Amino acid sequence: MLNLVIIDYGMGNLRSVQKALERIGTKSIISSNPDEILKADKLILPGVGHFKKGMENLKNMNLIDPLNIAVLNFKIPILGICLGMQLMTDYSEEGNCEGLKWISAKTTKFSFEHKDLKIPHMGWNNLLIKNERKLLENINENDFFYFVHSYKISCNNEEDVLAKTKYGVEFVSVFNNRNIFGCQFHPEKSHDAGLKILKNFIEL
Amino acid sequence: MFLPRLIPVLLLKGKGLVKTIKFKDPSYIGDPINAVKIFNDLKADELILLDIMASKENRCIDFNLVKDIGDEAFMPFGVGGGISNLEQIEQLLKFGAEKVIINTNAILNPDLIKNASNHFGSQSIVVCLDVKKSLFGKYELFIKGGSVNTHLNLLDTAKKMEDLGAGELIINSIDNDGTLKGYDIQAIRLLSENLAIPIVCLGGAWTLEHLRQAYFEGKAHALAAGSFFVYHGPRRAVLINYPTKVEIKNIFYDSRS
Repeated sequence: MLNLVIIDYGMGNLRSVQKALERIGTKSIISSNPDEILKADKLILPGVGHFKKGMENLKNMNLIDPLNIAVLNFKIPILGICLGMQLMTDYSEEGNCEGLKWISAKTTKFSFEHKDLKIPHMGWNNLLIKNERKLLENINENDFFYFVHSYKISCNNEEDVLAKTKYGVEFVSVFNNRNIFGCQFHPEKSHDAGLKILKNFIEL
Repeated sequence: MFLPRLIPVLLLKGKGLVKTIKFKDPSYIGDPINAVKIFNDLKADELILLDIMASKENRCIDFNLVKDIGDEAFMPFGVGGGISNLEQIEQLLKFGAEKVIINTNAILNPDLIKNASNHFGSQSIVVCLDVKKSLFGKYELFIKGGSVNTHLNLLDTAKKMEDLGAGELIINSIDNDGTLKGYDIQAIRLLSENLAIPIVCLGGAWTLEHLRQAYFEGKAHALAAGSFFVYHGPRRAVLINYPTKVEIKNIFYDSRS
């Protein structure tokens, strides 16, 4: 049976991720134990909240080294969700803070001239698919996903971009490089379309 | 393609759901978990569940119910009713709620909003302002399920809540609640034009045209309603319903975003 670990680093709601996985028939454990993380077949790095706080929590819980080994050496497939995705980038303007640097990308704040566009980008939006890969199998531009974020990702390598989303500007909503995956929206709160993404990740 | 959120608001009284008219005459409409399941099947954007008796009875919305909802809802949802401290908020978020909605204690204890948004992030802290128009056309703010008039100014209070860190504001018209005559566009616009945070409108919606007006004329960021999503036809037969994504796209797609 697949050994799926949801990484608990004290940032946001992990129960809804676990419930969504259960719905598609996948058991998972929620853990901050390095041994369990290193033994996993697949990892999920969720998260809601402040970038700097997220990095500090990973550091204070001694998770950065085990995560680097799991992801960069053992090449365990990992899916970052929302803040979890942003933490995988080089740097974020939120707290002017360096990230895990697993993917060549940076995280910057939304800013708009147009005052009807509120920040955060909160609500349902679709994906403009740029590179077809397994994670987005059976997903098309009529599928909508739930977003809530004030910072957005841009990738330095276009081949890492699986999908973008438009909110005033186009930003990277799904990325992938090697075993590293990220989605800016919350698949666990995005009905069937979100469950499809989780299923695709599990079946990788 | 960004679309505004359409949010069914379910009112809890005891163990059942009710719908009110001008915050009065609650009529029973069904079981909460069953309603959540149906809205989940209909792929609602988001849900709000409010315990309308909690503040009056000095207690908080039932945690177990929120946990059961969290297990059924694969969409974001917010809960409210008598929330008065950080421990309660932590528990409610842990059980799967995305947001907590605070009305009475935002007014009686504004520090709660400040501390809660610092602690959990603004995106999870929503303030609901219940308003009634006085005979002189001034908006008056009510708390405790519409039973206490605070005589506070709407716009000043809304700005204060934004400064304290509220991530969203719900503007709820007591006058229009359950009347099916459409939203109070003037009140919505007053807030949406003067605040930077998203404004969610509530009270009076009955048709998609009402929702369209609130979005394009009121500049609401999200559209919440009770009757619109739980009743059908002039006799108000209980029938949970939700527009399709195609209907929503046809009405609300705005090329600017």
